[in-house]
Amino acid sequence: MKLKELESCLQQVDTFEEPKILLEQYPTSPHIAACMLYTIHNTFGDIDGKLVADLGCGCGVLSLGAAMLDAGLCVGFDIDSDALDIFRRNAEEFEIPSLDLIQCDLCCLNAEVYANRFDTVIMNPPFGTKHNQGMDMKFLRAALTMAETAVYSLHKTSTREHIQKKAKDWGVKMEVIAELRYDLPASYKFHKKKSVNL
Amino acid sequence: MKLLTHNMLTSHVKGVTKGYPLLIKATEVKVNQLDFNPQFVSRMIPKLEWGALVQAAEDLGYRQDLPGELIADYEQNEEFLKKVHRVLLEVEVMEGCLKCPESGREFPITKGIPNMLLNEDDA
Repeated sequence: MKLKELESCLQQVDTFEEPKILLEQYPTSPHIAACMLYTIHNTFGDIDGKLVADLGCGCGVLSLGAAMLDAGLCVGFDIDSDALDIFRRNAEEFEIPSLDLIQCDLCCLNAEVYANRFDTVIMNPPFGTKHNQGMDMKFLRAALTMAETAVYSLHKTSTREHIQKKAKDWGVKMEVIAELRYDLPASYKFHKKKSVNL
Repeated sequence: MKLLTHNMLTSHVKGVTKGYPLLIKATEVKVNQLDFNPQFVSRMIPKLEWGALVQAAEDLGYRQDLPGELIADYEQNEEFLKKVHRVLLEVEVMEGCLKCPESGREFPITKGIPNMLLNEDDA
């Protein structure tokens, strides 16, 4: 599948009807999602035939894209039933069976039980600003525990230094993969030390 | 909820030390066809709790003749991998609940999505 095809498919994904500010629900734009997934797929080979988790999946644009790029299975995690409902309808409309969903609170998730169960984690987490301070780092910590190979995550450029420091504390290798415009996110790749494959 | 997902789910009710495996009480089960990827299935097998998978498949009536103990050299055994593929990825619980083996707390499954959220009381 070409990047343009992926992006145009993802443009048909429905997103939040009424985003909830407290949960920092903003959709990942089809353009950003397609670029991110395409790079993960083509440059790093971390989607095709992999078990992928999408933390804070919302309406599922990243998960659906990963499934379109032939992930073995992509499991979406989110706390919000309205978002999951839209995700489920999207999956039905696209007739994609390689998706599964879990409703849970990632803040009180004991990520250890999922330790290394997933090959890859992809996510566009809450930025952890205002009401949700530190939420981005909670998601990241959980993601790093769950992924055996790599975590791909979108973050604000303004938090990069902090994330770099944390990555060092946690003993993982961090790499900035892409800086995306729209004053929104920069995309990062985290490699677990035991399986650095660069 | 597919059984690959179920194989990873644990109950986090307060005070529970072994909330695994969750007992499946299904009222609606469906089989969704999915492309067979033998490499993917082979890679998933060593990470599974095999006993929990077989039990879940048995409870739903889809065990086929999967053995209680994982067989050796399954990578070369396409027939076996196809059966595992079916229970891991094609059999889906659409409605019902998951029961914590220790506390008895039930987590509903609605339209295929298990709700693992806890109330303040049991968190």
